[in-house]
Amino acid sequence: MSLDIKVEFSGGLELLFSNQRQHSVTIPSIDPTTSEPTRLQYLINYLRDNLLKERLELFVENDTVRPGILVLVNDTDWELEGEGDYVLKDGDEIVFISTLHGYAGSTIIPGRSIAQ
Amino acid sequence: MAPRACALCENAKAMLKRPKTGQQICRECFFYVFETEVHNTITQSKLFQPGDRVAIGASGGKDSTVLAHVMKTLNERYNYGLELFLLSIDEGITGYRDDSLETVKRNQQQYDMPLKILSYDELYGWTMDAIVSQVGRKNNCTFCGVFRRQALDRGAAMLNVDHIVTGHNADDIAETVLMNIMRGDIARLGRCTAICTQGEDTIKRSKPFKYAYEKEIVMYAYFKKLDYFSTECIYSPDAYRGHARAFLKDLEAARPSAIIDIIHSGEAFEVREEVKATQRVQQTCKRCGYISSNELCKACTLLEGLERGMANAGISDRGRKQLELQGPAPENLRTIPLFKLPSGNPTVAIETTP
Ligand SMILES: [Zn+2]
Ligand SMILES: [Zn+2]
Repeated sequence: MSLDIKVEFSGGLELLFSNQRQHSVTIPSIDPTTSEPTRLQYLINYLRDNLLKERLELFVENDTVRPGILVLVNDTDWELEGEGDYVLKDGDEIVFISTLHGYAGSTIIPGRSIAQ
Repeated sequence: MAPRACALCENAKAMLKRPKTGQQICRECFFYVFETEVHNTITQSKLFQPGDRVAIGASGGKDSTVLAHVMKTLNERYNYGLELFLLSIDEGITGYRDDSLETVKRNQQQYDMPLKILSYDELYGWTMDAIVSQVGRKNNCTFCGVFRRQALDRGAAMLNVDHIVTGHNADDIAETVLMNIMRGDIARLGRCTAICTQGEDTIKRSKPFKYAYEKEIVMYAYFKKLDYFSTECIYSPDAYRGHARAFLKDLEAARPSAIIDIIHSGEAFEVREEVKATQRVQQTCKRCGYISSNELCKACTLLEGLERGMANAGISDRGRKQLELQGPAPENLRTIPLFKLPSGNPTVAIETTP
């Protein structure tokens, strides 16, 4: 059994994920590490380990998303859904919006090399 | 977790936890309370008079896009009687400002407001791209900050507006309070929490989002599907500010009221008049007529340094002395057009949508 989850990054975060805002991921419905239904925390770890291209510290901190990144579960503030403990359902849409700075100036902006 | 009902209407599904109050509210109630709080900020601080001409400093980013939307909504809902304009500064940064200006142009149509774009190139004869290619990435933010401040005033004067509003939010102000404390800049600390600033010879500026949390601004833009641009300036990295912001976000995660608490702390400092007065007496720049604390304003000094190939002249006292050793400015030096405060009619044609 697996879950198809739609993931969206914005606010600059997409630059860490191949400069692509929308991703579809398929993850197991039972978390192999806990043998329990898969929670949002598993997805965050999965994104970090599989989709994140660089600068880990701009996405996660202390095993959760970095403060200043808003997370929405099917358009609802994840703070109302139990944050990382939210149990994922097939077809869920998870949106990560950064309100932080510091994404620019790294080397990952395609086609925007600036002569020094 | 079972969906919870909104704490305000007790009917619709709660979709957001307000950082300021911890209240869990639905989308429609959120729009209403967010807009009403901004309205209260505006009325309590008596920011506007009926008939005022107000320019919204528009960068295409989330804060100014939400500000334009909310200003338009409130102006209509409460009959403020304001004439609203969008004012954008084009710093001339390829791949950043050219893209974000496209967003502002769409905002112009979406909000049906006149738009004026003023570029560094037309005002100073230098784009930021050209400045960076001469000065490198070390001091370019100094140039950009000084040039932008003056460009906004000049754009406002061209539009003949009484007032500029900017999208600075509560997080920005709390961050500035922290930075002023960390730098020991007590004079600025005394001023940075003011919602409205007006020197005698400058155009009034204010921050209607002074008490609006960034989280709520982002959620507002998201729920309303507002069109904004989120790429950052490619030249920006202000590492110190970045650390202050990250620190603030850590505090907010531990206790959401931290942001408003820091603003209140900033407001509660009583800065003695003689400390505040470290700002020198203001005069008029002898070269361009802009308000200045020296004979030459900062922008004219920076521009002269650029033009004479001694970019440090406007950055450090040593650079300034080196420039002076080279003799007076040549007659044919490029200068900034004479600044006049708004009076009478707009001095420029406002760009209309093609
Ligand atoms: Zn409600
Ligand atoms: Zn000047």
